[in-house]
Amino acid sequence: MAIDKETVKYVAHLARIELQPDELEKLSGQLHDILGFIDKLSSLDTGQVNPSSHILPLSNVLREDKPADSLSPDKALENAPAKKGNFFSVPRILE
Amino acid sequence: MTELNKLTAHELLERLKDKEITSGDIYSALQKRIKEVDSKVKAYVRLDTLNKLANQRTNEPENELKGLPITIKDNICTQGINTECCSKILQGFCPPYDATVINKLKNAGAEIFPLKANMDEFAFGSSTENSHFGPTHNPWDKACVPGGSSGGSAASVAADEAIWALGSDTGGSIRQPASFCGVVGLKPTYGRVSRYGLIAFASSLDQIGPLAKDVRDCSLLSQVIFGYDPNDSTSVNQDVPDFSKSLTKDIRGLKIGIPGEYFVDGMDAEVKTIIEEAINKLNSLGAVSAKVSLPHTEYAVPVYYIIATAEASSNLARFDGVQYGWRAKSDNLIEMYKKTRGEGFGDEAKRRIILGTFALSHGYYDAYYLRALKVRTLIKQDFDAAFKDFDCIVTPTSPTPAFKIGEKTQDPLKMYLSDIYTISVNLAGIPAISIPCGFTKKGLPVGLQIMAKPFDEAMLFRVAHTFEQNTDWHKSKPKL
Amino acid sequence: MKYQTVIGLEVHLQLKTKTKAFCSCAIDFGREPNSRVCPVCLGFPGSLPVYNKEALNYAIKAALALGAQVQEHTKFDRKNYFYPDLPKNYQISQYDLPLSRNGFLDITADGKSKRIGITRVHLEEDAGKLIHEADASLVDFNRAGIPLLEIVSEPDLNSAQEAFDYLTGLKNIIEYLDISDCDMEKGSLRCDANISLRPQGSKELGVKTELKNMNSFKGVKDALNFEAERQAELLESGQPMEQETRLWEAQKNMTVSMRTKEGAKDYRYFPDPDLTVFIIGREMISGIKDSLPELPVQKLRRFMKEYSLSEYDAGILVSSKKDAEFAEECLKKYPEKDKKNMANWLIGPLLSEANARNLNLHQLGVNPDELTSLIGFVQRQELSHLSAKSVLTRMLDSGKSAREIIKENNLLQISDTAELERIIAAVIRENEKSANDLKNGKTNALMFLVGQVMKKSSGKANPKIVQELIKRRIDNA
Repeated sequence: MAIDKETVKYVAHLARIELQPDELEKLSGQLHDILGFIDKLSSLDTGQVNPSSHILPLSNVLREDKPADSLSPDKALENAPAKKGNFFSVPRILE
Repeated sequence: MTELNKLTAHELLERLKDKEITSGDIYSALQKRIKEVDSKVKAYVRLDTLNKLANQRTNEPENELKGLPITIKDNICTQGINTECCSKILQGFCPPYDATVINKLKNAGAEIFPLKANMDEFAFGSSTENSHFGPTHNPWDKACVPGGSSGGSAASVAADEAIWALGSDTGGSIRQPASFCGVVGLKPTYGRVSRYGLIAFASSLDQIGPLAKDVRDCSLLSQVIFGYDPNDSTSVNQDVPDFSKSLTKDIRGLKIGIPGEYFVDGMDAEVKTIIEEAINKLNSLGAVSAKVSLPHTEYAVPVYYIIATAEASSNLARFDGVQYGWRAKSDNLIEMYKKTRGEGFGDEAKRRIILGTFALSHGYYDAYYLRALKVRTLIKQDFDAAFKDFDCIVTPTSPTPAFKIGEKTQDPLKMYLSDIYTISVNLAGIPAISIPCGFTKKGLPVGLQIMAKPFDEAMLFRVAHTFEQNTDWHKSKPKL
Repeated sequence: MKYQTVIGLEVHLQLKTKTKAFCSCAIDFGREPNSRVCPVCLGFPGSLPVYNKEALNYAIKAALALGAQVQEHTKFDRKNYFYPDLPKNYQISQYDLPLSRNGFLDITADGKSKRIGITRVHLEEDAGKLIHEADASLVDFNRAGIPLLEIVSEPDLNSAQEAFDYLTGLKNIIEYLDISDCDMEKGSLRCDANISLRPQGSKELGVKTELKNMNSFKGVKDALNFEAERQAELLESGQPMEQETRLWEAQKNMTVSMRTKEGAKDYRYFPDPDLTVFIIGREMISGIKDSLPELPVQKLRRFMKEYSLSEYDAGILVSSKKDAEFAEECLKKYPEKDKKNMANWLIGPLLSEANARNLNLHQLGVNPDELTSLIGFVQRQELSHLSAKSVLTRMLDSGKSAREIIKENNLLQISDTAELERIIAAVIRENEKSANDLKNGKTNALMFLVGQVMKKSSGKANPKIVQELIKRRIDNA
């Protein structure tokens, strides 16, 4: 399956990754090759097969509704690149 | 006196128990070794921490691991010690919590070594060349890669810069570097070891596992880190057997399957010969080997690169500069996201995220992701069938020995194909171990991979230990 | 009406469990920012989710109460998009195997019962809160990870009023289950609406508009009314309609376009590999079904039957769970077999008092025994109905008993014939003309004379007896 530059650009936008023009060029070529290789899967007949979204036969894993300690705001914000008081701060969202 | 850092964990534990040495002695020996050789090996990152956190120990822990230091891969959260997945985008991240395995180790008396082991950024790679800090060098040949993504963990153990280490394995990232570096590496059954605190790559494939100098050490470490964790919904509540009982050195009558699909063109001729000799050795020790077929082997790499990248694209969405890590300067949010992720992620990370996003995107989901999940079922079924007739399956760990630094970096696809023998194991969720079984003429280690059915690590330790104790491969050390 | 309005509602409910959906952070409001957080709900690297057992219980209760079919196999999916209030840049939600489908809610439209379909009731987690400042946006993750229930209706609603009734009906049921505070003002209930118009009789759906930012049920109704008109005008003018999202501006009483250049959003849903599937067996479902409290509709029917109430009257009483419980206590304690008196008092004077004081019935603080006592006075004709109402007011104001108030204010109705005769005699003497009018057949004069007796007796005379006595006197005169 061919993947063109426009598609790569769109997917990069979905993933919120800015690609430089030379990156876009190179990546499109590489992805094209990789997808070509992945295409060998289409030769398999998977009609009767169930998808394995989990490899373990686990089910119904749940937790009791009992409160436990939370982090202090200091600890929560310790790694924040930008903060204001006890809030995480991000550049203004343009609405 | 043998330098303490050159001994195995079980040897050191004996001496610690007899109070011949202290854990501080071991720690000092490691520090000395690191100062001697790490500039050549580069197994560790952010070395400034070494002196910062040196010798904070006050008294000797009495618990079973008696203060023995353990090296941790940079993607396992250690409270108070930076955990950055060797990526620019997680620069400076200091977790406010310990991974469950770290808690278990601490409760067992282990000392968490303050230097973290180098790795491919976010575990994306098979050579440790994708690290933001530059590659680790294979202790057996510094011009070669140590394998990846747990290259730092494997190299540190091989170079005696660590007694033992933890790595993580999503498509072979413990086993392949173990094989390239001549050490023992285990990927446990999926669900055996808690993933809580492991910075996720592919949630349905990741497992934390031990890297060690011999099988006994590997089983000791496994004994500590295995076990149910209520904080991980994918953790299995299954009893952990006493693995010391598996070290029987007896494999008489065991049925060993040799899959034809793993002995094909493109495989290094020396590796082929060495593996065949290893299989003969197993037979001479009483096992019975026979051919088995794993017919969907050729589809494992494409399936993996859809499922793993799809999950990764979602797991790595959180790295956006908002709460932690590195943030690009910008005065509007969307630009901040794009620049942070565009500049903070390395090439391989970007490649995989975009591939994974594509596989999940509207219009392609059925053809890629859903289809891959179905083929995954077929791959698992291959193993289920094989284990009906065989106690374990034996293969090479890698089609080649360690390749040269820079040899495969220009061709991502070529790099992906080096995972060909290890990947199916993660897709099927089964356990597998890699042990040293020989050297090429150039002196590069070759690894033998043993696979077992789910939760049968005991079988792995039994077969691996028997082979190891009847050979000397594990005793060789690189010249540094 | 040239156009038919077609409305679907999407309601998000915060479940009032003790802890969040996927971690053990306590849910309590009004805390300082980022103080009810942990690595899991912050989405820190390495953290993993484990679902709250009680949230699942609550969700199944809601699904059953809404007549939905709980699915035997259900799972969580990741909904991937980037926003700063979303810690992981994906929301754990449900896509193709939701907890339940095909429920319904009955409302009354044009005096008839109308069934509104509920497409699905599913589980998800809440996001954090954003505060926009001049040069930055601030994020508080205390709310992130609170368990939500999403309830999606079929586009079966055809007017803003129906939408309003649907919401009150929904809130009613949820309150009965006691699984959410359902408070739009506090944010534990949020509602988005989809509205489109189509020519009467057409089967195809028109271009829909999504409406957001409504903060009350009335706001939803007003927004829908405005939007229906706006769309009708647009259609009339022949202008093309584009699918868009609009915000309700309550102050300006209008909807405003969000004006973001939106393509169709690609959320790249896929099953969350960090969570297991959930198999909800029949036993579990029937266990929860048995534990359901009596729901509004059931209570309504029971009230009608047990207390011989009309549907209308019973409907008023069951519209709030606590009010219904209070009413039932009063009805049960009322010693007569025929409960009509008590019911009338609850729906009449008591409800008026409650409305006047901006309270619910159960909040008035009336003791059911006291109410019975008051009614007894009327029953025994010791108190006129009119007087009784003012006694009630005084009971509520002072907290005193009916007996005390009646005694203190000398309110006992005069039913003693002798005394009444005296007053009547005096009134007739003072109103000879009316008395003669009455003798001559003018029936209005009777009511006038009764009124005069009431006046002279400060309202204490028993009007019925007065009437009889006057008639007799005039007839015998």
